[in-house]
Amino acid sequence: MAEFLSLHDAVARYVEDGATVAMEGFTHLIPFAAGHEVIRQRKHDLTLIRMTPDLVYDQLIGAGCAKKLIFSWGGNPGVGSLHRLRDAVEKGWPHKVEIFEHSHAAMACAFEAGAAGLPLAVLRGYVGSELPSVNDQIKYIECPFTGERLAAVPSVRPDVSLVHAQKADRKGNVLVEGIIGVQKEAILAAGKSIVTVEEIVDDLEAGPNACVIPGWAIDAIAVAEKGAYPSYAHGYYPRDNRFYKEWDTIARDRDTFQAWLDENIYNAGGQAQ
Amino acid sequence: MSNEYTSSEMMTVTAAKALENGMTCFVGIGLPSEAANLARLTHAPDVVLIYESGTLQTKPDVLPLSIGDGELCESALTTVSVPEMFRYWLQGGKIDVGFLGTAQIDRYCNLNTTLIGDYQAPKVRLPGGGGAPEIATCAGEVFITLKHSKRTFVDQVDFITTLGFGRDGKARDGVPNIGRGPTRVITDLCVMKPDPETRELVVVSLHPGVTAEQVQDATGWEIRFAEQLDTTPMPSANELDVLRDLKARTERKHAGEA
Repeated sequence: MAEFLSLHDAVARYVEDGATVAMEGFTHLIPFAAGHEVIRQRKHDLTLIRMTPDLVYDQLIGAGCAKKLIFSWGGNPGVGSLHRLRDAVEKGWPHKVEIFEHSHAAMACAFEAGAAGLPLAVLRGYVGSELPSVNDQIKYIECPFTGERLAAVPSVRPDVSLVHAQKADRKGNVLVEGIIGVQKEAILAAGKSIVTVEEIVDDLEAGPNACVIPGWAIDAIAVAEKGAYPSYAHGYYPRDNRFYKEWDTIARDRDTFQAWLDENIYNAGGQAQ
Repeated sequence: MSNEYTSSEMMTVTAAKALENGMTCFVGIGLPSEAANLARLTHAPDVVLIYESGTLQTKPDVLPLSIGDGELCESALTTVSVPEMFRYWLQGGKIDVGFLGTAQIDRYCNLNTTLIGDYQAPKVRLPGGGGAPEIATCAGEVFITLKHSKRTFVDQVDFITTLGFGRDGKARDGVPNIGRGPTRVITDLCVMKPDPETRELVVVSLHPGVTAEQVQDATGWEIRFAEQLDTTPMPSANELDVLRDLKARTERKHAGEA
């Protein structure tokens, strides 16, 4: 049953050093506040899973939290590169990060398989791509019925998943609206889960087919207003495209990045209680 | 009627014309998205645009900056989860054409968006595959649009992120349940199609005022030209007006967002 915690306490309790962590949200509802709390608590040696690392993992990688990265598209959407990710991969700064690179289709299937409790995901994927030659997590199986050769990847089963959503009710049931990505799958695939929300409401006002995650399938709920900023929360605030562009300059240089980190994360308090 | 246009506009308009009304199109961000929306706003009002963020049959008023902009969701018929998008709609065979951009392309239409140099010690790390590897194999066919230069048109891509026809042109042969692959490549200089036998890219049409020599100079291998080499039709005044309006609206929207 979901417990209402401060974001500080939720991260302190459920995100351990060395853990496998998924923070999801496909361009929308990216859990920035939660990611920043992980940085603030100086968690390290994390295996980070995310289809699109986006700025949030650029920040975690640059801050030295990551040991491994499992991903499928590592750019700054609409802008260009993730410079902290590139610096780690190309130059090993602040330290080398091991990467396991997939396609979106494989990652999406792997999250779904994780939610379904299966050890692997099967897809008609990677045909002719050279990704399987550099990622030993991509293998092939033969369909026992048709003989067709299909790609197989291990399911995603994070120790802990963190997602952001619009709202929770007082029992901890969560409504996710708009582009729902793989948030539900990330929660259901994980050992433990933390959901940050914009607000707590009396009634979710969810339609019968809405994407609702029951409170009993979630471990912790933390209120984080504007918790997806600078990405967006459908119905609450838009994506700050200007910041995504500014990030290109901030992240390009190690010193500017470090200064940003000091000012906006380490010395910015968070929600410690 | 004054009909001046830039080479970028020529590329977008030509890429847009490749889409037929009623097609279902899985759209990549950037140039493909610009072309696909221009098609929707001109000759193909019923083209179905699908983005990998799960937005099905979307009609954005301005071009999205990211693949998951709220605009795509708000103007969509419906929005599905990302696993559903890739499993049911793409892998399930519901997509006529995938529209892709790329960082590098070679003579057999293989695409590289992964890195320049060696995988273990890359010179330049690029974003990676995203949706492209399966879009290129599960969609009925693939259109590719990018700017023409020796940096982008290389003899051998450094890495095959996304299959065209493989290093030897034969990688799709005998593979079950695979799409036709790239059927045309549209640049700011010309239109190319794969040779039906060898799968090697052949220039079939030069944009007005562009010479074969210019295309060769911007291509990293000795490129073939069709015997019957056409001149690409010029953009119409209406196509240019609609494209310019779309881009101006887009700039205003993205600049206005604090």
